[in-house]
Amino acid sequence: MSKVSFAVNGEPRELELDTRTSLLDALREHLHLTGTKKGCDHGQCGACTVIVGGRRINSCLTLAVMHQGDTITTVEGLGTPENLHPMQAAFVKHDGFQCGYCTPGQICSAVAVLDEIKAGIPSHVSTELTACPQATDAELRERMSGNICRCGAYSNIIEAITEVAGKQV
Amino acid sequence: MKSFTYERAHSPAEAASAAARIQGAKFIAGGTNLLDLMKLEIETPAHLIDVNGLSLDKIETTPEGGLRIGALVRNTDLAADMRVRHDYGLLARALLAGASGQLRNKATTAGNLLQRTRCPYFYDTNQPCNKRLPGSGCTAIGGFSRQHAVIGISESCIATHPSDMAVAMIALDAMVETVRPDGTTRSIPIAAFYLLPGDTPHIETTLASGELIIAVTLPKPIGGIHIYHKVRDRASYAFALVSVGAILQRDGTGRVALGGVAHKPWRVEAAEAEMPRGAKAVTAALLADANPTRENAFKVLLVERTLGAVLADARS
Repeated sequence: MSKVSFAVNGEPRELELDTRTSLLDALREHLHLTGTKKGCDHGQCGACTVIVGGRRINSCLTLAVMHQGDTITTVEGLGTPENLHPMQAAFVKHDGFQCGYCTPGQICSAVAVLDEIKAGIPSHVSTELTACPQATDAELRERMSGNICRCGAYSNIIEAITEVAGKQV
Repeated sequence: MKSFTYERAHSPAEAASAAARIQGAKFIAGGTNLLDLMKLEIETPAHLIDVNGLSLDKIETTPEGGLRIGALVRNTDLAADMRVRHDYGLLARALLAGASGQLRNKATTAGNLLQRTRCPYFYDTNQPCNKRLPGSGCTAIGGFSRQHAVIGISESCIATHPSDMAVAMIALDAMVETVRPDGTTRSIPIAAFYLLPGDTPHIETTLASGELIIAVTLPKPIGGIHIYHKVRDRASYAFALVSVGAILQRDGTGRVALGGVAHKPWRVEAAEAEMPRGAKAVTAALLADANPTRENAFKVLLVERTLGAVLADARS
């Protein structure tokens, strides 16, 4: 067992955990924040994506005890049913899901993707390495490749992200 | 996952000393490969030494005009660094061709170098694998070997090293800086860092027990056109079937390294003398001793054609 404390969605949390507990299991099983989903549990599907210190990561591939002092945002911290985050509203508007299981991960990833583009981080499809990337379809598709949607809602997901990117400019 | 004890390291030397002293200890940084393998009980460390708190996350310019990249610099940060994008474009391109955005945010420079050389049979604990259980046999030889190595193979193992970053590092003549359990440091040329499988495929690098990577150093920029061309089964987030990293100069000379063809990133400096004669000549020299299986023989021609595409790109 090991103690760890971090902030989740703005609230300080303290846990005593088996060292084996992934951040994903700490969120779901110990803090009962079940918005974050367990898909493959091996970093391949992206369903468990959360934002730690402003960056999206796979919460299944990191130990909770490695996050002492960190600031963690899950889908529950982005918006509420009464007050949706613009990315959540855009996913609803554009029908960016079918079964919805991958959606929390898609939304956390999408929010962080737009921040990465704003920060000027290049991608595999950026033509010029030293130029400022833009939120084009090709850029969004490449950057979202770590989030699998088994229902195949990809084109609507891209429309949702594009709308939010447009509003941000 | 097998249970383990956990500590946060406070200095590189202390971490290295603890790793040598404690039976079954392993370092953990990004954890994206290690935890994946621990879940499958392919890796079963008894103790984890978390090195994330060590201040090894800076990219500094060296007195020689090169770059010293801290072991804990995340793949995203390395690819986004303006000096890397300007002067070591091959490295930025290779990093961005690997993994997913989420993984690159977590994965470190040293961890990327140290990810396990692997194949689907290594991951399948129901199958024999000399890398997972020395002496148990290799199922990949005679099995589904489309993704496997074509050169430098042995009767024990035909797995490939999956890193894109390491292909760029070998083309850039990177040096791997380490600290040993006794506190002394050394620099290992990356060409001498990885091992071929031989009859000990479970040993993948020349690092000693407890030795900790603290930085990767690049010599000063050599200019030229930097291209990384990765061929894979889907457009993003997949391992290479083959990849070609190249730095090409105006006079027709250049450097070439390959991914997806061997147990380690593959570079043969003698083959680079063939550059002015084109892709066929270079590939013939790079893969002269290739011994592919029936299923992956296509990789030899794919290397030649991918290198041909890279040379055409550089000319245009």
